Amino acid sequence: MFKSEAASWFRIYEMFKFESFHMYGIIGSALVLGIITIQSIKRFKIKSFYGEKINFSPKAKSFRRYLFGGIIFGLGWALAGACPGPMFTLVGAGYISIFIVIIASLLGTFLYGLLKGKLPH
Amino acid sequence: MNWIYEPWPWYIAGPMIALIMFLLIMVDKSFGMSSNLRTMCTICGAGNKADFFKFDWKLQKWNLVVVLGAVIGGFIGSYFLSTHTAVALNTETILELKSLGFESAGTAYLPTELFDTKALLSIKNVLLLSIGGLLVGFGARYAGGCTSGHAISGLSNLQIPSLIAVIGFFIGGLTMIHFIFPLLF
Repeated sequence: MFKSEAASWFRIYEMFKFESFHMYGIIGSALVLGIITIQSIKRFKIKSFYGEKINFSPKAKSFRRYLFGGIIFGLGWALAGACPGPMFTLVGAGYISIFIVIIASLLGTFLYGLLKGKLPH
Repeated sequence: MNWIYEPWPWYIAGPMIALIMFLLIMVDKSFGMSSNLRTMCTICGAGNKADFFKFDWKLQKWNLVVVLGAVIGGFIGSYFLSTHTAVALNTETILELKSLGFESAGTAYLPTELFDTKALLSIKNVLLLSIGGLLVGFGARYAGGCTSGHAISGLSNLQIPSLIAVIGFFIGGLTMIHFIFPLLF
């Protein structure tokens, strides 16, 4: 994450400006390989390292929660320039300020837990 | 071996992400980072306030290990595998960012104007980072996943809900950068 600059605020800005292929290359190549991997596991019934059948749990069907939640997440992703993985990478890289983002994201998660019953899902 | 000290290209990083997902699937787990935020809330006692946080967090210990891995990876990447960390942005992007007041564009890893410890003396910066984090945490749980859970794991499994979520990520991100940034900076 750190070495590929996916944890850089600048790269996220550049991605949303469509001014570089870099982030699309990272996500796109991970996705293409991911699709091939998961489809192969399903087709060839590949077993886990423990020798058991691998189950994929489908995401619950809904429209509003994914769209609304997605938009809120996107607003935050662009502003803070970090999503929940790279946030922790930046801790290791020694950026003190990222703790503010992490603590706030914990508060955001907590707030969702409180309001869950009142939101359209 | 000098290439290892240079920024890693997308065709190295992307396949490595897919490999992480593959390894997690093979040990009967799934790749999703934002679930950890919920686990951390539970560890802090959020279960007393909302049922959403009432679950046995020890079942999620493996995912906290992934977080620890991300921290260690960031540490090694930054302190041992980098000679310079300036991000080589598109020159067009650098000009735009400078006009928004981000003079550090093209010379730093994160904008010093927002992330430098000195920048925390500004209430505005603290607010911006807090609001950004708050939206990320809230949105990720509302949407049931973040970049890893939806854009990588969900789309790899051809899930329509994940496609809707990723479209949402882009509606939100594009709105922030194109319409809200000019008002903020």
